[in-house]
Amino acid sequence: MDNLQFKKLLKKAIMYALLLMVTFIFIVPSIWIVGSSFNQGTNIFSTTLIPKNPTLFHYKELLFNTDYPLWFGNTLKIATLNMLLSLVLTISTAMAFSRFKFKGKKITMMTILILQMFPSMLAMMALYVILNRFGLLNTHLGLVIVYATGQIPFNTWLVKGYLDAIPKSLDEAARIDGASNITIVTKVVLPLAKPILVFVALQNFIGPWFDFVLPQVILRSQDKWTLALGLFRWVADRAQNNFTMFAAGAVLVTIPITILWAIFQKHIVEGLAAGASKG
Amino acid sequence: MNNIKKAGILSTLFMGLGQFYNKEWFKGIIYALIEVIFIVNALNGSLYMTFWGLITLGETKGVKGDHSINLLINSLMAIIVLGLFVLVYFINIKDAKEARKRIEAGEKAESIKGTLVRLNTTYFPHVMMAPGALLILFFTFLPILFTTLIAFTNFAAPYHLPPGNLVDWVGFENFVKLVTLPGWKETFFGVFGWTLVWTVATTVLNYFGGLGLALLTNSKDIKFKKLWRTLFIVPYAIPAFISLLTFRLILSGPGPLNSTLLQFGWISEKIPFLTDPTLAKIVVIVVYMWAGSPYWMALMSGILTNIDASLYEASDIDGASKWQQFTKITVPMVLFQTAPLLIMTFAHNFNNFGMIYLLNSGNPANPVYKQAGSTDILISWIYKMTLEKQWYGMAAAVTIVIFLIVATFAVIGFTQTKSFKEEDMI
Repeated sequence: MDNLQFKKLLKKAIMYALLLMVTFIFIVPSIWIVGSSFNQGTNIFSTTLIPKNPTLFHYKELLFNTDYPLWFGNTLKIATLNMLLSLVLTISTAMAFSRFKFKGKKITMMTILILQMFPSMLAMMALYVILNRFGLLNTHLGLVIVYATGQIPFNTWLVKGYLDAIPKSLDEAARIDGASNITIVTKVVLPLAKPILVFVALQNFIGPWFDFVLPQVILRSQDKWTLALGLFRWVADRAQNNFTMFAAGAVLVTIPITILWAIFQKHIVEGLAAGASKG
Repeated sequence: MNNIKKAGILSTLFMGLGQFYNKEWFKGIIYALIEVIFIVNALNGSLYMTFWGLITLGETKGVKGDHSINLLINSLMAIIVLGLFVLVYFINIKDAKEARKRIEAGEKAESIKGTLVRLNTTYFPHVMMAPGALLILFFTFLPILFTTLIAFTNFAAPYHLPPGNLVDWVGFENFVKLVTLPGWKETFFGVFGWTLVWTVATTVLNYFGGLGLALLTNSKDIKFKKLWRTLFIVPYAIPAFISLLTFRLILSGPGPLNSTLLQFGWISEKIPFLTDPTLAKIVVIVVYMWAGSPYWMALMSGILTNIDASLYEASDIDGASKWQQFTKITVPMVLFQTAPLLIMTFAHNFNNFGMIYLLNSGNPANPVYKQAGSTDILISWIYKMTLEKQWYGMAAAVTIVIFLIVATFAVIGFTQTKSFKEEDMI
């Protein structure tokens, strides 16, 4: 074996070793959580990675004796509404910024960027007062509005960046053919932006499953809670003694979301800059 | 006096008059209606209430007395509406003048259909942005304004908490306290310093961690690219609060990591991952790398696959080394496309509440600090002041400090990026 071939082989070996190591670090906590959810007992410190006597007890308890299914439904509703509203808002603002020229564009973009620096959470006290004033406190609609508004600056930037890479000559050609602005936006640009829109949709669908801070401020009664808030309160209120129940709950939330990721992974990974070359 | 000026003056006198003069009835009626509604409301006393509430924050103490906070929010909303009204007023004047200009040039007065067509052409981007702008006005801008004003009040438990008690304007008292009063001073500068270290370290490590993972999974020598990427995305796919609470338990004193290490005899006593001030700081940064780099990997993989392969081929011919290709082609291309996102991430990390609070609640406690622990960053300190102590005024003051710093950084950093300067590039 000559030197060059050996070097290549060594490089490959190192790369695979790296891949395996990263994989191990990335998935061990998940395996541990899944294992815990099948453990008997309730204490975290007595659980083992691979349960000695696997049991479905916690899952049954979760589905039939707790508010878990209710919270799941609430979260699904909030996530879906948030996804739809966010998509509409992001598409319209990003299109305006990317495909059209108008007075004050740069300064508006700058304003948006600065506003984005102010996370909704920092203003939780203000949001509480304002939603109360609009009668939206303790409603899912109020939460969705706060989420969807909060995502506008960031996602407008993300989508604008992507749309900028789609050649403007396409718009001009369509305009010469007599297409209206709406046609250009919906029939010419939008189809090419599909990958980034899938990314935005997914992000805003998944967001509400993660967040517990804003629901805590906005949703006052337990029947309105989301999963994240409910699970967080379990851990916060009953400390570490109900860990296995929490683990089972965590597994049940994570599975559908991870499946979603797996399905749309192609769009996400290949997506973010792909449209550029399609013109 | 020419007719264009005349139209403008008429619309200045009363909204819609200029439009009537131009014989654009439909627009004229709408503008006139807006002004009528405004005048009725202003005469109603709401205009006086708006400024009275803002200036005094209520005068009658007691449960049935004035509610300072409700007065403040009502006043702010009224001022925003007033601002929108002034904006519409200017648009009305401009519209009357422009319409007249068209008419003088021989065009016909605009019909309803004509107005709609104009909205769909000249003002198309404005119409597209209107819903988002309105929402941002009331649910982003208004909260910022409200919080800013609260920073100049003594709104706090237990003596200045409505209903029952009044809140007063106190000027810069909260800010002065923050930088001069013993206890507050140490907390503010201590937490601030750690927040800066945390932000820079996590942003840089996650960015290059993500780039490393993306390069690894995009490498030509690797098989099953899709499988690896799917595995690597796992930390991003798991809800952060679940993985962080899990890490919190794994790393705790008697937790599985310590007991495993003890079992193998690799350590002789438990490592205080989350209870030693210095070690806890390192641990939160490392755990964030675990949770944060997959996001960048997902983003960068797309960018990497789209870098024109001919760039590499050309540089190969020119005899560039792999390292040169990396620093001169890959990094600039990736940086160019991710610069605004990178700056936003910087701001996000500066305020990454979830990472700090879920993993360790800002612990271990720091006896010198006021209501903050050793790993608390500014935002988690604010959270504690708001929810645990109801020190709203001080919390708002720190919020303003955060906002000023991050916004300044963003404006400077952002205007320097290529994607802003060459806005129409590519």
